[in-house]
Amino acid sequence: MMITKSELYIHIPFCVRKCLYCDFLSFNADEKTKEKYIDALCEELMFIGKERCKTSLSSVFIGGGTPSVLPADQMVRVMDCVKENFTLDHDAEVTMECNPGTVDEEKMKAYFACGINRISFGLQSVHDDELKKLGRIHTYEDFLKSYEAAVKAGFTNINVDLMSDIPGQSVDSWTKTLRTVCELKPSPAHISAYSLIVEEGTPFAEMADEGKLDIPDEDTDREMYHMTSGILSEYGYGRYEISNYAKKGRECRHNLGYWTGVTYYGAGLGAASYYEGCRFTNTSELSVYMDDPIDSFKLDEKLTNADKMSEFMILGLRLTKGVDPAEFKERFCRDLSGVYGREIERFKAEGLLIEENGRIHLTEKGLDLANHVMQAFI
Amino acid sequence: MDKSLIRNFCIVAHIDHGKSTLADRIIEKTGLLTAREMQEQVLDNMELERERGITIKSQAVRTVYKANDGKEYIFNLIDTPGHVDFNYEVSRSLAACDGAILVVDAAQGVEAQTLANVYLALDHNLDVFPVINKIDLPSAEPQRVKDEIEDVIGIEAQDAPLISAKNGIGIDEVLEAIVHKIPAPSGDETAPLQALIFDSLYDSYKGVIVFVRVMNGTVKKGTKIKMMATGACEEVVEVGTFGAGRFLPCEELSAGMVGYITASIKTLSETEVGDTVTETDNPCTEPLPGYKKVQPVVYCGVYPADSAKYEDLKEALEKLQLNDASLFYEPETSLALGFGFRCGFLGLLHLDIIQERLEREYDLDLVTTAPSVVYKVYKTDGTVIDLTNPSNLPDPSEIEYMEEPIVNAEIMVTKDFVGSIMELCQQRRGRYISMEYIEAGRALIKYELPLNEIIYDFFDALKSRSRGYASFDYDLKGYEKSSLVKLDILINKEQVDALSFIVHSDSAYERGRRMCEKLKDEIPRHLFEIPIQACVGGRVIARETVKAMRKDVLAKCYGGDISRKKKLLEKQKEGKKRMRQVGSVEIPQSAFMSVLKLDDDN
Repeated sequence: MMITKSELYIHIPFCVRKCLYCDFLSFNADEKTKEKYIDALCEELMFIGKERCKTSLSSVFIGGGTPSVLPADQMVRVMDCVKENFTLDHDAEVTMECNPGTVDEEKMKAYFACGINRISFGLQSVHDDELKKLGRIHTYEDFLKSYEAAVKAGFTNINVDLMSDIPGQSVDSWTKTLRTVCELKPSPAHISAYSLIVEEGTPFAEMADEGKLDIPDEDTDREMYHMTSGILSEYGYGRYEISNYAKKGRECRHNLGYWTGVTYYGAGLGAASYYEGCRFTNTSELSVYMDDPIDSFKLDEKLTNADKMSEFMILGLRLTKGVDPAEFKERFCRDLSGVYGREIERFKAEGLLIEENGRIHLTEKGLDLANHVMQAFI
Repeated sequence: MDKSLIRNFCIVAHIDHGKSTLADRIIEKTGLLTAREMQEQVLDNMELERERGITIKSQAVRTVYKANDGKEYIFNLIDTPGHVDFNYEVSRSLAACDGAILVVDAAQGVEAQTLANVYLALDHNLDVFPVINKIDLPSAEPQRVKDEIEDVIGIEAQDAPLISAKNGIGIDEVLEAIVHKIPAPSGDETAPLQALIFDSLYDSYKGVIVFVRVMNGTVKKGTKIKMMATGACEEVVEVGTFGAGRFLPCEELSAGMVGYITASIKTLSETEVGDTVTETDNPCTEPLPGYKKVQPVVYCGVYPADSAKYEDLKEALEKLQLNDASLFYEPETSLALGFGFRCGFLGLLHLDIIQERLEREYDLDLVTTAPSVVYKVYKTDGTVIDLTNPSNLPDPSEIEYMEEPIVNAEIMVTKDFVGSIMELCQQRRGRYISMEYIEAGRALIKYELPLNEIIYDFFDALKSRSRGYASFDYDLKGYEKSSLVKLDILINKEQVDALSFIVHSDSAYERGRRMCEKLKDEIPRHLFEIPIQACVGGRVIARETVKAMRKDVLAKCYGGDISRKKKLLEKQKEGKKRMRQVGSVEIPQSAFMSVLKLDDDN
């Protein structure tokens, strides 16, 4: 199959402070380290752009950490490096993650000017007490200022991350968070609504072990989770993935790429890549990376055809539109029903999968129990 | 062989009082081995034994000691298993001796097991002399312990050697005491052969190696011998004595000697411990007293975790039985666990050891069912069955009554814990017999307890209630009529045979409730609600519910997560594969085991 498009992910591992639930690769660092990191990152970007990436980029995603902790000129340097070494589609989606309280209008303007056209805000909640419990560094007021700055700078494609299942959260407070964000002027184009995952090795995991993490009970959790899509649809957001909602046409193209097997290159500390049927991950040791940003990656897995079929299913089923048997056939030259027919029929009978308009997708119940379904395709 | 220069003896002690260490020192001092050759503990040569600090199989060793009188004495030190499970084996080993060294810890003094072992030795008319070990401990109180030995056991202890086996203090004194305080064997070399089997082991080259103490007569290569109880006849291929860890062939074994015989015997079942070896052509008139056929006391189902490993398990059991005739097994099928074996053991420790050896030496993953004692079921048609598997209990309408095994238990404990120990015995349906203070601050409590109340977790409960200070010993008293019922567990309305067990009707409700609670925690959520019920005779006495699974989803899965999340799903899937399917419910292996530990909240 000819690869027609690729995506680029750039990791900025710096944060002012790590949140209590966070298991991403991020930490605080001094200005000098940040600058040296950007040097290394640009070196890697240059290499990928010249030696690896054979196509134009349909999207770029600058994630973290908190990319917006970098001074504006460093971000501009990164974007210049991308533009110099890669071909970007004329309509390429270029996202950058921002945390409230780390940006002002100046920065936003600089981002917009250097080619970034989508901002993703990590807000999580509109309630300051909940933000505090999560260990966030900002208030809701900080967010409003940052949001306004982004709008003023010219951004129209904005995502807001929200979180349910926060310690101390109630159905009412969650409703308020959702509605408040939907009613922002202008309203964001995209909302990601996650329910909290207590990841191993985080302070939250420790608190949970000690019985000190006061997360909502299962009934409350499910209630919040289920009402989310209802409330968001009132405001015109359609659910297109387990945790993602967007206004029409504003689905995050970069992330859709992950779920549909698009080639992607990752640059920066701990960044993951998928090309030529293999997954790679860069080192997560800062010093190792900075010493040799080009050659400090490892091969995670080489996908067999069976692996690819399996991923087609488990990633494709994350999308509410599900998977297309015709596409499966085109990609693998085999009938979906021949490979996974038994599993699909079983889940249909259990009310977890449904076939509609020629596509197979998870039902509402299936979305809740996605792991249970996906296991069968591994 | 001059009998007056032979000393056949054993060492008796409570666990950890230093029996094996003293044995090592005796072997070392008598010069049979150089210090370099010494393993850490010569007598305990199985890996497992060393880790547990106990001796499983009795073994013997022959050493040469040059005494202060200038003569060379032959010492046959016969090691005895130190646990109540192997009481019969202990008694046969004792019968092979003429005397015993009693080792008592200078700090801990006399313990329940010390008493049991020393009484057993006295029962066999052995001359017992005490030694006080670990005198170099800061907490050692040799005088108190000496007094205690005299008061409690009633043997002379004032001139007991004060030793430290660990640091080699006082060993010479012990060696001289062996010469002077343990009698030389008696017996007639010219009488018909009469030899006691006190152990045997299987060797793939020599076949069964029979450990004997010759009481009368002589045996050598070519002697045609007969095992009086099993009737097996063979011609002797080799006789010899025991070097440390080696067999030393010799010309002949005559009255008073301890050694081994090989005779191309294929299975251990032909050479039972306690049996008498005699000469086919010139038999002795009577076998030696005390022979008993060893019967398993505790049974449980043993299944391979991976049902494809059934043949491996079978092979492993066959091999283990070659060296352990007291292990019993027969094929058994469970609806829940598939093909496996019902195994019989001498006791819980024996069960533990076999299970560990299967897992460790044969690399098997096992699921075992709750251990069960042997019940006697008197049926209305007048027949009696020995019930070893609760699943085989006849319909209640066919049962006249049932009996369960009862043990005499002796518990020794400091007085602070007397109350809580008695409470425990009371809870376990114990019948109080007596209590005496054996010295200031310590009591010997005697109870009759149903065996099925102590096979689960009695040791653990005892330990936790006495902060580790209680010592415990028991022997089988006999059977008593009892009000017993079969408790069944239904998971999603289906009975799980492997979880059924027999319980006293008074404890049925409590046990049923705990089982349900435990299982509720063990069984993962399914897409549907799963009722867990405990039933007696079709009547539900306890119930719990595993709620339906409502959420099992990864909220995030982006580019950097995919490989990791896939592994997570794979792990979940693997976990499910190892579960047992009962009806539409998947039960983890751990559920079958966890119900064995119902009282861990004590």
